[in-house]
Amino acid sequence: MSDNIRFIQGNEACVEGALYAGVEFFAGYPITPSTEIAERLSQRLPENGGKFIQMEDEIASMCAIIGASLTGRKVMTATSGPGFSLKQEAIGYACMTEIPCVIVNVMRGGPSTGNPTHVSQGDINQARWGTHGDHNIIALTASNHQDIFSITVDAFNFAETYRTPVILLLDEAVGHLREKLIIPEAGELPIVDRLRTSLGKGVDYHPYLPREDGRLPMSDFGGEHRYNVTGLFHDMWGFPSNNPKVVNELLRHLVDKIDNNIESITRYKEHFLDDAEYVFVSYGSAARSAIHLAKTRRARGEKIGVLELQSIWPFPKELVREKCADAKAVLVVEMNMGQVLAQVKAAVRKPGRVFLANRIDGKLITPSDIKKLLRVIQGRGV
Amino acid sequence: MSRVRLVFTGSGGQGVITAAIILAEAAVIHEGMNATQSQSYGAAARGGSTRSDIIISDKEIDFPEVTQPNVLVCLTQESYNSYSSIIRPGGILLTDSRYVQITRKVDAKQIQLAMYEKVMEIIGKPVVFNICVLGALISITEVVKPKAVLAAIVSKVPKDFIELNTQAFELGMELGADFSW
Repeated sequence: MSDNIRFIQGNEACVEGALYAGVEFFAGYPITPSTEIAERLSQRLPENGGKFIQMEDEIASMCAIIGASLTGRKVMTATSGPGFSLKQEAIGYACMTEIPCVIVNVMRGGPSTGNPTHVSQGDINQARWGTHGDHNIIALTASNHQDIFSITVDAFNFAETYRTPVILLLDEAVGHLREKLIIPEAGELPIVDRLRTSLGKGVDYHPYLPREDGRLPMSDFGGEHRYNVTGLFHDMWGFPSNNPKVVNELLRHLVDKIDNNIESITRYKEHFLDDAEYVFVSYGSAARSAIHLAKTRRARGEKIGVLELQSIWPFPKELVREKCADAKAVLVVEMNMGQVLAQVKAAVRKPGRVFLANRIDGKLITPSDIKKLLRVIQGRGV
Repeated sequence: MSRVRLVFTGSGGQGVITAAIILAEAAVIHEGMNATQSQSYGAAARGGSTRSDIIISDKEIDFPEVTQPNVLVCLTQESYNSYSSIIRPGGILLTDSRYVQITRKVDAKQIQLAMYEKVMEIIGKPVVFNICVLGALISITEVVKPKAVLAAIVSKVPKDFIELNTQAFELGMELGADFSW
């Protein structure tokens, strides 16, 4: 028996991925169904020389990780819907100040305190537009523990590479499910470390002056350089500015730095798509049901495939258009009222052929839920 | 059998979830199989009905919930009443004679054992009832090797309680010895 095999919850797989990626600081406030992330890290972080703080609430947790990141640490927080709502203002601050951080949202039923112990995927649009103002964001997701592990590593890597908050959208079903995880060896997955300025002490450091490749080297706050950080629009020194040119350029930079790299950020898996006549587009735990159905129908000769999205924002429009181009019909399988459906409809050439297979009652959507709709679309009755 | 679907049901505090985790962990860590374990629960901290679904397979497991179990364990009358009808034809339905009164016929092999009574008589500690149930289940169904379950128990249970749990597991194995699937 290899000692890198675990039988754990999805939330714990996320913790293992975060540790592999080099997380050093976690601040959070426990909330179902994300609590196991805080619980495991409260034990694992101190063992590995990191710091864990349980804060007074989710707002403080979000602010704490932003501060810790600025001092040079890889940081994370974890929450669910109500806590994710509270974190939005500070997420906007991290977008504006370009401070790397990872925010895990293990989705449960909402709005409000909603359905705490049951699954939902209702926070897709909140991840994109929860904070105010034009901005950009990266949001990732996964359907099984091996993928949760690697997508968590990606989340940390993207946060560092693009200097942005990255939202990791897990859900209750996969977060609490126990299954196998094989921990990769060190070096097996690439790790992006903090890009620090090479400027020494006493040399003027401009925190928002990009290098030629567009990246902004950081200087650990409280260390060798004094600089200003503000949520106001700011110049290359980090000082507030309402100069129209400065405002215009900074806002475009915040949006473009992610949109221009959509190909590097896009993460997905395809299952039997090559000759698929019917394509399921799905993600998170819902994708497990879509894949299950595709496999069982394939065994009976039906040409069904699954496009499993692992990056939701920026939405991989080109990818979806290409993979759905030859489909007779596309079924978006998700546990909300059609949040990804809207994106898929906007992406494909024939939006009239895109249908929603959803479930919003707190139960994991089943293969037979999807099958019923598929049969209607195929003109075969229920 | 390449895929076995099990559902364990009972009430909060009986150790239904723990038994499910130990079984699935034994399959994954100690037998190199794939397994998933999931559970449904409400906002209450204790009491109420508990259900845990386990799938053990040599293939990948996508949809992790069980709609028709091959093996169903009911440890309360309420859970028996709610779930006995979902058993897959030809499956095994295991109940405890202290908690469950059999009221209907199902298209499966019904096995009623005095597990709770024997645990109290021989070990005297109700806390290991769940492990005795697991022992009986393994003896009857052989879904995972007893050795693998014992190894999982050793890795999950606090050191001082290993002997007690091992004893309960072996007691369950004996109780189930006369039955087969």
